Amino acid sequence: MGQLAGPTDPTADAHWEHRHARKGFFTDTSICIGCKACEVACKEWNQNPQDGDLRLLESSYDNTGSLGASTWRHVAFIEQGPERIEQARQSGRKLVSLGMPRVGPPEARPQTAPEDTTPPDTPEFRWLMSSDVCKHCTHAGCLDVCPTGALFRTEHGTVVVQDDVCNGCGTCVAGCPFGVIERRTDGTAAPRTKRGEQPGARPEVPNVGIAQKCTLCYDRMVDDQTPACAQTCPTTSIKYGHHDEMVDQARERVAELHAQGRTEARLYGANELDGVGGTGSVFLLLDEPEVYGLPPDPRVPTADLPQMYRRAGLAAAGMLAAAAVAFAGARS
Amino acid sequence: MSLSEFDSYRPPEQPRRRRRDGPRRRGAGQGAGGDGSREMPMVPAPEFTSYYGRPVVKPAPWGHEVAAYLFLGGVAGGSALLALGAQLTGRNALRRNARLGSVTALGLGGAALVADLGRPERFLHMLRTFKVTSPMSMGTWILSAFGAGMGTAAAAEVDRLTGARLPLGPLRPVLRAVEGPAGIEAAVFAAPLAAYTAALLSDTATPTWNAAREDLAFVFVSSASLASGGLAMVTTPVGEAGPARRLAVLGVAGELIATKVMEHRMDPVAAEPLHHGQAGAMLAWSERLALAGGLGTLLGGRHRALAVVSGLALLASSALTRFGVMEAGIHSAQDPRYTIEPQKARLAARRAAGITDDAITTAG
Repeated sequence: MGQLAGPTDPTADAHWEHRHARKGFFTDTSICIGCKACEVACKEWNQNPQDGDLRLLESSYDNTGSLGASTWRHVAFIEQGPERIEQARQSGRKLVSLGMPRVGPPEARPQTAPEDTTPPDTPEFRWLMSSDVCKHCTHAGCLDVCPTGALFRTEHGTVVVQDDVCNGCGTCVAGCPFGVIERRTDGTAAPRTKRGEQPGARPEVPNVGIAQKCTLCYDRMVDDQTPACAQTCPTTSIKYGHHDEMVDQARERVAELHAQGRTEARLYGANELDGVGGTGSVFLLLDEPEVYGLPPDPRVPTADLPQMYRRAGLAAAGMLAAAAVAFAGARS
Repeated sequence: MSLSEFDSYRPPEQPRRRRRDGPRRRGAGQGAGGDGSREMPMVPAPEFTSYYGRPVVKPAPWGHEVAAYLFLGGVAGGSALLALGAQLTGRNALRRNARLGSVTALGLGGAALVADLGRPERFLHMLRTFKVTSPMSMGTWILSAFGAGMGTAAAAEVDRLTGARLPLGPLRPVLRAVEGPAGIEAAVFAAPLAAYTAALLSDTATPTWNAAREDLAFVFVSSASLASGGLAMVTTPVGEAGPARRLAVLGVAGELIATKVMEHRMDPVAAEPLHHGQAGAMLAWSERLALAGGLGTLLGGRHRALAVVSGLALLASSALTRFGVMEAGIHSAQDPRYTIEPQKARLAARRAAGITDDAITTAG
């Protein structure tokens, strides 16, 4: 058992003898164009089945919904007006004034007036797009609570499910503070009754009943290949490489954006002191995380597990005492 | 929802289908009148925003089987303690009934757990590892160790009940010899069996369960105590059921107190699902039945019929507690509000206290 919280090297923590550099993503949402090529490439490479029926979700261009058992990349689309843009800019500025560590001197940032900046969006409207993915946390909630050992830490510091070991207990689904991992269903809950659709026309769904999530293309990584999503991304919004370099790039990029007056830019997951010990997938966001459907202050539940065990032990002792009292009272 | 002015010529959009009733605050994508389609509110919208009202964390894919197991595991554990006490104090009917009740609850609970797996045929994979960070793994080992002892003790009871007709052969004296130690071994793992399920639920990102992590174990062991006491009151003549009655009353008192303390110490937003909807109704009825069963036990526990009715009320109360807590947690995971608001509140509290270096969102 390794460390349960705080900064650490997850590969060393998992007792890998031959250490590789930790790999990760840097998803720069400021240059995402919402083409969803990452979603397609991910599905193609990993041969993930269709998620339920095709339908429109009435949420801008997002008809994927969320990350899940068969969706390991999900592009979020958010439409915002001027008020919300200003709010995002202010909340980003607040983060700077908190005195957080960053690259570059603070005076590099010029006094901002909205007219001086040349943001790619008009001030009246902006369209946020962000490709979400498994965070491959330093302290992964899913991995900690897995009772079968199906989830494991790879030599590259990522978290992967072994689908021949997982028995589908579902603990990891609740254990993930980001809502990423999910147990795959075969979709039979919703019978296909629409006209013209043949039952069984869809290919058989693999790995039904097993928890599934992004593997950071473990099969490609061991051959020194780039994960499918990063390989296909036409704008380099999704970058892949050594985790340290990704974090450095992210810090440079956010400093660059701040220097342009775009104080709404901020990093998500780059702080190793946060509740999950930093994430393997780092994001540059242009608004608060909950706007993108990300938790604002995630904390790996296992960090509090020693305390939970202590409380459970105390409660168990109380139960024993109650039983003892029940029988002792009978004798007197 | 579009903010383009050309879209004002569109027909009004259908409201999105909601999964639940009750007031909900708006998600980020929904317009608050900024498109001119209606009057803008003068009071700014509450701080809470979400991605189209979609959940942030995923609910555990656990059905009623797991809630039933929480109940049955508690009954099995509590009954094992009663069985050991009866074994040590020479209450033969109570010992027999508690052991048989325990092993029945254990068998049903175990079957429910296996049935809830995504791949039930792989249930033995649980025994591949011994993993302290996984309450499910610890629980599997506790359950296995408990099952070994209680299975042996119950086999001896069945053998005695059937007049030594089990095909044991030369093993019969061995069974008789180990029956007592087996009962003790089962009792060692009985209280952990009743308590670990609280850690199992709390060690998740499910807001309500996680927020209850300090006190949920006390609620669960109390619930297990009153349920196992209730079961023994149903099965055992009043003459020998004295300890069961006392355990039940202690359990009722413990549960009423522990529940109040738990709700008081939880984040107020994360505690809301315990009072709303189906979960709220189940937990309210659980409390009523516990009170009624406890009072019935205190006042009429020596009357056989009243003891049976009180015992049934206590069993129902315990089952409702587990189903209610399960339902509240699932509900709290399905609504992003219960994830986002407590997290924003605790982040703001840490910042107000001067801790500014541990946020996941940073400016660089």
